[in-house]
Amino acid sequence: MDRLRGAPKVAWYDGLMPPLVTDLRYLLPWQFSPTVFVTSVVIVTLYLRGLLALRRNADPVGFWRAFTFLLGVALNYAVLQTYVDYLSQHMFWIHRFQHLILHHVGPVLVVLAAPERVLRAGLPPGVVRRVRIPAWIRRPIQLLFRFLQHPVIAPTLFVGLIFFWLTPSIHFTAMIDTRRYLLMNWSMLADGLLFWWLMLAPRQAQGSAAIGYGWRLVILSLVAIPQLLLGAYITLHSSPLYDVYAICGRAFAISPLDDQQIGGLLTWIPAAMMSLVGIITVLHHILHDPEATAARRRGGFTPPVQAAGGARSGATA
Amino acid sequence: MTGFLSGVIRRRRPIAALAAAGALLLSSLLAGCAGNDPHYTLKNIKGLVSPLEFRLTNQDGQAVTAADYRHDLVLLYFGYTQCPDECPTTLTTLANALRTLGPQASQVRVLFVTVDPRRDTTEVLKRYVGNFGPEFVGLRPDQGELTDLSKRYRIAYHYEAPDKYGNYEVDHSSAVFIFDGDGRARLLALSDNNARQVASDLRRLLAGS
Repeated sequence: MDRLRGAPKVAWYDGLMPPLVTDLRYLLPWQFSPTVFVTSVVIVTLYLRGLLALRRNADPVGFWRAFTFLLGVALNYAVLQTYVDYLSQHMFWIHRFQHLILHHVGPVLVVLAAPERVLRAGLPPGVVRRVRIPAWIRRPIQLLFRFLQHPVIAPTLFVGLIFFWLTPSIHFTAMIDTRRYLLMNWSMLADGLLFWWLMLAPRQAQGSAAIGYGWRLVILSLVAIPQLLLGAYITLHSSPLYDVYAICGRAFAISPLDDQQIGGLLTWIPAAMMSLVGIITVLHHILHDPEATAARRRGGFTPPVQAAGGARSGATA
Repeated sequence: MTGFLSGVIRRRRPIAALAAAGALLLSSLLAGCAGNDPHYTLKNIKGLVSPLEFRLTNQDGQAVTAADYRHDLVLLYFGYTQCPDECPTTLTTLANALRTLGPQASQVRVLFVTVDPRRDTTEVLKRYVGNFGPEFVGLRPDQGELTDLSKRYRIAYHYEAPDKYGNYEVDHSSAVFIFDGDGRARLLALSDNNARQVASDLRRLLAGS
């Protein structure tokens, strides 16, 4: 990390800041986003309030569940609002790492923790009773949500966004234009939450958006393939695909092809591993889902797995 | 597949219409300024990069702002005077482009912002940019100003470890940002663009197209 400190030891501006402050600088946002800050504070506050409320009701949330949720939120915050954000703008592989968190790891952690119940418990009671969202706001949002959660649209969008932002000409404009950069990161995070919620949340929690566990296994396997191909293409390409990092400067010294290959590998392997994590989670749901047999009767495509452990229905909620 | 899709559309007409409108809006937004204008050889960055704005110290030690260069075409480049290859090459290309322009060159300013203000004092800058022509201006930021500029123009620089004599190299952006007389970002000259290409695009910008 010494290289990143950005100055030779004798720089004229050195010594103006004590070392501790220089180090804390890496935890501060490169470009402060009030939206990210306020959203994170509100969500974490609600969640912590919810944890306390549930504990008071003798219905405590397990440590690891709470830890998973807070870790997911913290990772998303860290890649958006610390020095990682600067590095992501000026190093292809760190940009790929940032999107691995925003689009895969962060949302998966948040969804696995099933935080809806805790967040609801954290709302001030008055808000729950008094606030009624009018139909003209609620309807379009519901329509949009149903569209985005369509079993064909959702995986298409999930893979499509990765390809879209990695198209070299579009990648260039996203890296040079602050507004597009923000749009890119928000779209990845929002889509990550939507997709992984659709894939990983227990069916009972999903209401009308739910799709059968069998279909989820198919979708999770299918979305891995284009990610594998794209990752391999980037990794094995023999010339730099993304010139913006040479044009605008890299955050530290690394050869353009090394940068591209590490970035390609991050697109290739961990992204596909997340499909595997998803598949294991869905298999877990199948084994513990009390409705599995009922769903098979409704005609949903579900592999013939014994709906064993139905008595532990609450385990996955 | 088409049968399935039309089924989706029939069943969810409002959703499909919404999606189509959204897709159209997004693609037009993104296509609007992206890509290369057939007019220009250099990369078109109209609407993508922040307008010209800064408050720096010039080679004569005077405080200057972007407003001082209104009505001129401004070529903004980040480098440092001890740069072994890239900066002299780029600045020479720009100087040759300006010679090609002839008298029109008086409407162009090349702003050379040093990313190494420790070694590049105003006197060093003055001597250095003087080598390239009267249109060249050396600008010296302090550390805070340099950080602000790097955020505004989304550029990076970093200092290599010094050798035993204390000499060090600085890695920095290679692009030349070109702004029109109103301070709007228009073009990006890259290291593979030659003087003829730069000159002909500058001429088009000066003609007000």
